[in-house]
Amino acid sequence: MKKFETFEGLVVPLDRANVDTDAIIPKQFLKSIKRSGFGPNAFDEWRYLDHGEPGMDNSKRPVNPDFVLNQPRYQGAQVLLARENFGCGSSREHAPWALEDYGLRVIIAPSFADIFFNNCFKNGLLPVKLAADKVDALIKAVEAGVGYKLKVDLEQQTITAPDGTVYPFEVDAHRKHCLLNGLDDIGLTLQHVDEIKAFEAKHRTAQPWLYA
Amino acid sequence: MSSKTLYDKLWDSHVVRQDADGTALIYIDRQLVHEVTSPQAFEGLKLAHRKPWRTASMLAVPDHNVPTTNRAAGIADPISRLQVETLDANCAEYGIVEFKMGDIRQGVVHVMGPEQGATLPGMTVVCGDSHTSTHGAFAALAHGIGTSEVEHVMATQCLVAKKSKAMLVKVEGKLGRGVTAKDIALAVIGKIGTAGGTGYAIEFAGAAIRDLSMEGRMTLCNMAIEAGARAGMVAADDTTINYVKGRPFAPQGENWDKAVTYWKTLHSDDGAKFDATVQLDASQIKPQVTWGTSPEMVTDINGRVPDPASAPDAVKRGDWERALQYMGLQADTPISEIKVDKVFIGSCTNGRIEDMREAAAIAKGKKVAANIKLAMVVPGSGLVKAQAEQEGLDKVFIDAGFEWRDPGCSMCLAMNDDRLEAGERCASTSNRNFEGRQGQGSRTHLVSPAMAAAAAIAGHFVDVREWQ
Repeated sequence: MKKFETFEGLVVPLDRANVDTDAIIPKQFLKSIKRSGFGPNAFDEWRYLDHGEPGMDNSKRPVNPDFVLNQPRYQGAQVLLARENFGCGSSREHAPWALEDYGLRVIIAPSFADIFFNNCFKNGLLPVKLAADKVDALIKAVEAGVGYKLKVDLEQQTITAPDGTVYPFEVDAHRKHCLLNGLDDIGLTLQHVDEIKAFEAKHRTAQPWLYA
Repeated sequence: MSSKTLYDKLWDSHVVRQDADGTALIYIDRQLVHEVTSPQAFEGLKLAHRKPWRTASMLAVPDHNVPTTNRAAGIADPISRLQVETLDANCAEYGIVEFKMGDIRQGVVHVMGPEQGATLPGMTVVCGDSHTSTHGAFAALAHGIGTSEVEHVMATQCLVAKKSKAMLVKVEGKLGRGVTAKDIALAVIGKIGTAGGTGYAIEFAGAAIRDLSMEGRMTLCNMAIEAGARAGMVAADDTTINYVKGRPFAPQGENWDKAVTYWKTLHSDDGAKFDATVQLDASQIKPQVTWGTSPEMVTDINGRVPDPASAPDAVKRGDWERALQYMGLQADTPISEIKVDKVFIGSCTNGRIEDMREAAAIAKGKKVAANIKLAMVVPGSGLVKAQAEQEGLDKVFIDAGFEWRDPGCSMCLAMNDDRLEAGERCASTSNRNFEGRQGQGSRTHLVSPAMAAAAAIAGHFVDVREWQ
């Protein structure tokens, strides 16, 4: 996983609540056995006017000009703003894979669904919770002027607006450490092999039927 | 010792280690595996030269991509076929037990696991599938996880997790005739919203929950994720123990007795503290029907499609307007006047034998209405299918004009050929009514099996209580 470094990125507002993972990456693309290449199909049903299937040349498909991610002013966006309960529904990690592959690095919303929230951190994507009124203000600010960028500093846990307003955010210490250093959870866990084995031995004695 | 919730007990008995900030390693007793969320995890293992920690804890089944007709011809879509073949190859390579497509035990992973006794009280259960919450019905701690976590559990037998808050959903009283666990689930979501359970593990309790069969409890816990909760659970009791007894993976002999003694402790203690409590009166719950594109957009069969002008805030008003437009519905339309095009009975929510019986009881001796293009019944597993056929339910459905299919996830998420065309409206016993869930442009109304069967017969939604 790449290290998460401080950056300033273009912001795109997706003004919807309950954006579910079916919308982020529709089911037909889940048939892939790969981890990469989902970006062109992120938000497929909102983004294109035709029906998408794996293997299509996405550059030749008719795009939906009304969908916010398709507007010229938001091309190259790295920060996505959305409303409550972003990433609800299916546990598909293809959702953060698609968002990351699309080029996004940060999602800002008042709240996230738990599984999606976890999945983001495993893929170098930072989900940031900001209060609903702050997200609302940011969405209005982004819509007000072309080229609106936010600076995201994970080390300091701050988001800074062009007018200098600083939005502090909370992040779990362990997850922050992993993101900043690009660490793989499995490697970290395997440092505790002896503890896992000791637990397993005790567990086997207490509940032998689980090992029969 | 202080009073503990069921969730405390399940959590505490699986903590391998815990950091000062609360980040813990939780030992996993059972990992269920299906073809969609596992290939990248197996690939990750291989790339890192790792092996599964304990293959005996794993049980695999293809379900999302499998066809529900003409199985003998195999899977026509080459991409779907490759995904199922990849699962077969990975299971063969590591010696993981898998019930393949031709096996009578094959089925939707959350139907198959409990049916085999592979889900036991007191266990931690994970699967790369959000509806893993189903298994909490057995007083187990069951989480849906992402593919990176699937790989993590394969490699370490542990999950990195922080303890959630505990919510008690107490449903007292008695359900009325024709009202089911599915209606409780939708009523709870209607009350707390799809994010109401975010950050919580929900325990369902109260007289109405104790009265539910294991299958009803599974339906309820299945949809805990639709309320935003990563886990739903119900205390173990005689209903739980009687269900598990004698199943292929259940403990036997001396181990059985030991297990039962332990399982009987799997309930919240008197005086245990919850971070939130929600109460419902079962006798007040009517058959539920969703009208929008989120499970919280729900009312009862006597209700009407709401007017966005009456939404509580501007964000919700926008959501409702978009939902009505997508669903092709006018505000204030009585739910009972909504006509449907297709009917789907099945899924990990409602694909078990009791669901088949409930739907068949409605369909018996009647005919599917002329405006219904397709009414399909998809049993949750090969064993459910066999049991239903033994009881003659297949004939009831076929005589009424339903199609009787082979087991799989089918039109719950439409990864195989079973899907709605754009604009088609479906009465579905599944769990999600999201935009495009059952096919691009699909319009889904979530209901119980009895309500779905009744909609198939009437051609529109009807109050099933008037039919029984």
